[in-house]
Amino acid sequence: MIELTNVHKSFGKVEVLKGITASVEKGEVVCIIGPSGSGKSTILRCINGLESYDSGDISVEGARVDRNAPSIVSIRTQVSMVFQRFNLFPHRTALENVIEGPVYVKKEPRAAALERGRALLAQVGLAEKAEVHPPQLSGGQQQRVAIARALAMQPKAILFDEPTSALDPELVGDVLSVMRKLADDGMTMVVVTHEMGFARDVADRVLFIDGGVIVEQGPAKSVLNQPQHARTQDFLRRVLHPL
Amino acid sequence: MQAFWRDTIEFLPILMNGVALTIIVTIGSLLLSTLLGLIWALMRVSGIGVLSGLSAGLINVIRGIPIIVLLFYLYFVMPEFGLTLTALQAAILGLGIAYSAYQAENFRAGIEAIDKGQIEAAQAIGMGWRQTMRRVVLPQAIKIVLPPYGNVMIMMLKDSSQASTITVAELALQGKLIASSTFKNTSVFTLVALMYLTMSIPLILLVRHFEKRAGQK
Repeated sequence: MIELTNVHKSFGKVEVLKGITASVEKGEVVCIIGPSGSGKSTILRCINGLESYDSGDISVEGARVDRNAPSIVSIRTQVSMVFQRFNLFPHRTALENVIEGPVYVKKEPRAAALERGRALLAQVGLAEKAEVHPPQLSGGQQQRVAIARALAMQPKAILFDEPTSALDPELVGDVLSVMRKLADDGMTMVVVTHEMGFARDVADRVLFIDGGVIVEQGPAKSVLNQPQHARTQDFLRRVLHPL
Repeated sequence: MQAFWRDTIEFLPILMNGVALTIIVTIGSLLLSTLLGLIWALMRVSGIGVLSGLSAGLINVIRGIPIIVLLFYLYFVMPEFGLTLTALQAAILGLGIAYSAYQAENFRAGIEAIDKGQIEAAQAIGMGWRQTMRRVVLPQAIKIVLPPYGNVMIMMLKDSSQASTITVAELALQGKLIASSTFKNTSVFTLVALMYLTMSIPLILLVRHFEKRAGQK
């Protein structure tokens, strides 16, 4: 469903992606792990055209991703994004955030969008917060609204960019359990994360990225439990046993 | 003091005619400068080199010319190029253009203060540049822009007096005419100053209200 072929990307003189080749199948949950600055987030941002890439190819359901082509709008409505810092629109209520895309981009009738928006907020456990503005919500609640906003586009896949990294530890669980439910329902997901427990339990596949290349990839349990590459072993040791 | 009250009763009706024109000039040039300023600002942040360069150049040219010279130019020079304006039209156009530069810089600062994540979130749900501006950036930027906008309103109210230099009989010019024909300088100009102040006070209160609102998130 999502194909990356030999993708290269530089910021100025720094090459952050050095030939990434990977694919995500329909219904698959892929976690991308790796140290900070390894290029994990850049991969996600290239997939929905928030960043351009210098060479190689990215396609979503056969359509090439080009952030300057008109086709990018249709790709973005098929592949939603959830951000580390939520990026909810603070001047709109939770419900208005959720229906913004359906009503103003996909031109759905407002009444239908409102009804589905309320159902989605209920699905993420925030039915009673529909009329609240984001600054009055906790980080975990904001992120769940952001997930509902992503779902409202009825996407074929959702990209999660470190969705729990900006949250207080006690709020992480609520967000992860919403994501786990999505995975159980068969949503295609690409998740950049530092939550190794989530990756182990929920992901079908894990990619370990370091220095702009995929160092190791495979079924979640084998990469996380029996990493083959020395850099993967070292990274996992540091993450799982920081002391 | 009694003389002052007598003069007030005598001159107030004439000065009120001036007030009407002062208000027309202020509101007219405020609307024009807001519209032009918004256009310059959007050109500036468009990300299109030609537009943003053009807007930056225009803003600098406008900022570098004194209002009074701009007014003279519109009223006395433009007729030579076939464009004859009434004094009132020239005043509104001149003040509107002059202030558009300050409005543009204010609007640009407001737009650029919006978190980049907001723009990315809008793009990620498929919004284009225009929709992102209209639905996401501008509604948030307004809150930031309003307090300085209120200050511009006060400055424009006072600078509308420059229209007197091209014969618009607004408050300052009416005052000057009365004073020079009656020699009651003290009464007339005290009255004129008080009338400007009276018009400024609601605006000052408005700015305070904007500032309070911008303070609360």
